[in-house]
Amino acid sequence: MTSAQFEIQLIASLVAIACAIPGTFLVLRKMAMISDAISHSILPGIVVGFFITQDLNSPFLILLAALTGVLTVVLVEKIQQTKLVKEDTAIGLVFPALFSIGVIMIAKFAGDVHLDIDAVLLGELAFTPFDRVFYGDMDIGPKSLWVIGIILTVTLVLLFAFFKELKISTFDAGLATSLGFSPLIIHYGLMSVASITTVGAFDAVGAILVVALMIAPAATAYLLTTNLKKMIVLACIFGVFSAISGYWVAHGLDASIAGSMTTILGVVFLVVYLFAPSKGLIAVVYREKQQRTEVSLITFLLHLKNHTEAEERHVNHLNEHINWQKVRSKTVLNLALKNNMISITDELVSLTEKGDEFTTKAIDYILTNEDAQIEDMKEDFFLFRG
Amino acid sequence: MDIAGYIQLVFSDYTLRTVTLGTAILGAVTGMLGSFAVLRKQSLLGDAISHAALPGIALAFLITGSKDSSVLLIGALVSGLIGTFWIRGITRKTHLKSDTALGLILSLFFGFGMLLLTFIQKQPNANQAGLDKYLFGQAATLVESDVWLMSFVTGLCLLVLLLFWKEFKILLFDKDYAQTLGFNTKFIDILITTFIVLAIVLGLQTVGVVLMSAILLAPAGAARQWTNSLGLMVFLAAMIGASAGVFGTAISASQDNLSTGPVIVLVALVFVLFSFVFSPRRGLLFKQLRLIRNRNDLELQKTLAFMYHIVEDHKDTSHPHAIKILNNFRGYSHKGLRKLVDKNYVNIDGDMWSLTPKGFEAAHNLYNQNQKND
Repeated sequence: MTSAQFEIQLIASLVAIACAIPGTFLVLRKMAMISDAISHSILPGIVVGFFITQDLNSPFLILLAALTGVLTVVLVEKIQQTKLVKEDTAIGLVFPALFSIGVIMIAKFAGDVHLDIDAVLLGELAFTPFDRVFYGDMDIGPKSLWVIGIILTVTLVLLFAFFKELKISTFDAGLATSLGFSPLIIHYGLMSVASITTVGAFDAVGAILVVALMIAPAATAYLLTTNLKKMIVLACIFGVFSAISGYWVAHGLDASIAGSMTTILGVVFLVVYLFAPSKGLIAVVYREKQQRTEVSLITFLLHLKNHTEAEERHVNHLNEHINWQKVRSKTVLNLALKNNMISITDELVSLTEKGDEFTTKAIDYILTNEDAQIEDMKEDFFLFRG
Repeated sequence: MDIAGYIQLVFSDYTLRTVTLGTAILGAVTGMLGSFAVLRKQSLLGDAISHAALPGIALAFLITGSKDSSVLLIGALVSGLIGTFWIRGITRKTHLKSDTALGLILSLFFGFGMLLLTFIQKQPNANQAGLDKYLFGQAATLVESDVWLMSFVTGLCLLVLLLFWKEFKILLFDKDYAQTLGFNTKFIDILITTFIVLAIVLGLQTVGVVLMSAILLAPAGAARQWTNSLGLMVFLAAMIGASAGVFGTAISASQDNLSTGPVIVLVALVFVLFSFVFSPRRGLLFKQLRLIRNRNDLELQKTLAFMYHIVEDHKDTSHPHAIKILNNFRGYSHKGLRKLVDKNYVNIDGDMWSLTPKGFEAAHNLYNQNQKND
């Protein structure tokens, strides 16, 4: 591994971490699409900044572009306040406007300078090691490394300093206000950090893929945990993993590094989406099926308790009476038998002692509107789940 | 170039004619379908779909090796639909919210598309150039067959809209009701979503992945301000979309170095801005005017009520009082007083005012109404 390769991976990993931290809060605050809007609308800021400084990495340009990002947020909120359109429409109207202005400015005025839309939107990580910073005569590393390093440091300092405030205002804005934190300041602080990170990272991974690095690791982590600290750490791990493995995939295919990083993120998300222990698709579908069967079981037991007549309790009459299909009645019947809730004699179903106790309790809970308790009761009574 | 010359050029110049027609048709069809997207609160879905279409374009090229736009559009349609239904799956089956799902699919699909595009660019065959026009769109590359395709899709879309108008409308405003009436809501839902995806995919070549969502939203957002009727809104949105296409093309053709896509978007957004401000019922301007008028009315009524309270115990309700005593009452103004005089509610004689019988009656009714409302 050459030093340039190492530097690229280092930069990519730092970008991933710097994006994952604000991204986690954006996802939790249901503002993920704002990051998409910011990533587009910083374009005019970058263009104007570039005309002034002629340097894509200058701090002034980053600040100016980040300001455009915050401006987007303000504009979206103002439009939303008029109640003329919904929030999502407001977002969808503001960022294309700013982006179009940026594109037109580039096409009109920047035809001959080194700034094209592809570079802004897609970035080129592969070139970052060539633009270096010198201290006197000493080579102290690539410029992007410094830019993203500083942004990451600031983000981390802010995160540790204001973790409590961020946490409370994210999950309970009302409580935060009553405790004396201004949700507004935290909101705009977060937006500023997100904007600065977007601008700082666009040079490396491009403006649109910043969105992927912000949302995907956080969303993936959210499927695995509900603990904020764990979520942030997991998001960072996913980001770094995709940065490094993405680099090598791109190396193998000779394709865009940012593109392959995103693709790895997509694959990681897909795997977690399908297989996450309690919130993954498979787990959810399985649980839904289980619950359906268990609800049927309870309905069936209640039915048995209500009826003493022989014809109501006959095995074959089940499908007709409770209107179930054959397979379903069979599943429910078997589950009840396995759990010792019922006994069958001469094709007649009757509740066992345990079944009777269970049903009595269930009725109690239903009558007192404490249906949720039934879930706990299932734990006590069921040997086998549906 | 003057306007007449330009119009003549539109008819005589092949490229200009094709592009103008193409963008106009595109604006119309996206305007129509965009109305549904906006009303269904799926505004950002367009953004996600247009980005999600990119890998489909690249894959279609990789598989067929053809650059024919209809082949690539089928790829885009398939991957756009996959993206849409995955977004739905995420929001339905996990606790991730719709904004996260949209952002996820948008960025992940787009990143994958970029990976494929850069991969294609490195391939040894020379045929691959021009795929990146789908990123930012190049209206100038429209040819007659593209316009025919657009017209065909627009016609199809119109037909479906007319056939299923009732179903679309009821699904839009009251889904549960639609279900209880026995409509197959799932089918209608998929149908309208598919057409929205189709319209977006159709516009990729012209305005590109990034700006497509604005073409979908802006005409509908503007049309929404002028009417509360769905039919009228769809019609207006189509008109606004088509005009944005025509004017945008004209502006970009009259200048060098001005790409059509962003100009069309900006023109459409100017329509939106105009509607936000000047629409009679919802517009900001008239809303502000109404607010001022209501406030003036209220102050007039307050003044009248105050006068009524002063005179109510007098035997002669038209007994004159000094104007001065009104001064310590908030909401009183000379202008208001003059208005009351104009209405013949009050007589003024020097520094004194007196309620006319008509004014007393009006104030009395005012008071009764207040009591009734309490």
